Amino acid sequence: MNHDPFSWGRPSDETYGAYNDSIAHTSPFPKMNTQQPIITGTSVISMKYNNGVIIAADNLGAYGSLLRFTDVERLFPVGKNTVVGISGDISDMQHIEEMLSDLEIENNYDNSHAEDDEALKPSYIFEYLSTVMYQRRSKMNPLFNALIVAGTENGEPFLKYVNLLGVTYSSPTLATGFGAHLAVPLLRRVIDREEDVAKTDLDLAQKTILESMKVLYYRDARSSRKFSLAIIDKDQGLIFKQGLQVENMNWNFAKDIKGYGTQKV
Amino acid sequence: MNGIQVDINRLKKGEVSLGTSIMAVTFNGGVILGADSRTTTGAYIANRVTDKLTRVHEKIWCCRSGSAADTQAVADIVQYHLELYTAQYGTPSIDTAASIFKTICYDNKDNLTAGIIVAGFDDKKGEGEVYSIPLGGSVHKQDYAIAGSGSAFIYGYCDKNYRKDFNKDETVDFVKHSLSQAIKWDGSSGGVIRMVILTKDGLERLIFYPDEYENL
Repeated sequence: MNHDPFSWGRPSDETYGAYNDSIAHTSPFPKMNTQQPIITGTSVISMKYNNGVIIAADNLGAYGSLLRFTDVERLFPVGKNTVVGISGDISDMQHIEEMLSDLEIENNYDNSHAEDDEALKPSYIFEYLSTVMYQRRSKMNPLFNALIVAGTENGEPFLKYVNLLGVTYSSPTLATGFGAHLAVPLLRRVIDREEDVAKTDLDLAQKTILESMKVLYYRDARSSRKFSLAIIDKDQGLIFKQGLQVENMNWNFAKDIKGYGTQKV
Repeated sequence: MNGIQVDINRLKKGEVSLGTSIMAVTFNGGVILGADSRTTTGAYIANRVTDKLTRVHEKIWCCRSGSAADTQAVADIVQYHLELYTAQYGTPSIDTAASIFKTICYDNKDNLTAGIIVAGFDDKKGEGEVYSIPLGGSVHKQDYAIAGSGSAFIYGYCDKNYRKDFNKDETVDFVKHSLSQAIKWDGSSGGVIRMVILTKDGLERLIFYPDEYENL
């Protein structure tokens, strides 16, 4: 007979099978699911200019080093004055896309001023997203992304960043991923500080963004040639360009490079 | 003992890798070596115009994949050996060159990450030859060989499209189309497509830029 107190008051194992005692070995912590990103989007780059903001991101969803999906849209317009650019895990990006859609629906429901006075503003969208990002991080179950919210609010350009840690910051030039290392220095050559924003027109800003996308295609092994670009202009409104390609690349000099040191042929 | 533990993630921290798509194809009249031009450190492209087609003898070349440092070191040593061999015994055969590559790669297998394709034109036999030397240091004589991370995506394409009786232009197209697909799918491959053609008439270098091969 089994006289172990642990088994007092219950049938023997032969009757109903062995007792499942895993409940006595639980973790004192809540469920923590820190993930790893699977399908990923690379850099999002953006900058302010005298009349608004520009934001761009390529159309690639990479599966590790496999360039698996080439038709991924990573810029999301919200209303007429905001665009959200998302890098990182694509499944989490699609979740955020759904959240933004729900936000718009909620705001527009039973709201006669949804198109003007009570339209969603970039700062509202940003505050909502950054709150969610930090909350998820605090549950150790992050959305594995880095986002940039770009738009115009009260006639002024709006540009702010938030990531999987809930870290937020704002600057006249912002980028995620590789863009933070390669594009930001290029963008800052044009806009070094807030005062330079007023001196920069749309044409120069767009040229700088295109040049940065070219450099990223040269140097980021997880980037694609095809990309999307959005302009939120104070006067012209939201201009969304898709299917753009990196052009005017320099490759011709490669024909004269032979070997890696001494080789002449 | 639970078997032998092997660390397959061989590239050291910060080490530069020839991500790569490389291939070598024999045809009636010689052999063509082909390669992309991308060298990566993680996801950063350290060199976008790399030359991965390396000469170890006048008409014996190799395609390099794996660690840039390891493959450069191995190729330099093989070039030295073949130069000394030629001084003493005359032009070496392609299989002799492949054998020297193999000896270095096999004897130092624990310390090397080198996937090499040896390809050359034997003037005496009047034909081209291809030898594949993967990570372990084994040798495999083949009609054509593909290697590097990008090759994974073109096994089907190459198997279905290769013919033994291609002429030079058809072989160039085969290599160009194959590497185009490898570059399209592999993030570790890209840049320009370089080719080296070895025939009885000598050596010819070709280069193809993205605008040309991207939309084949």
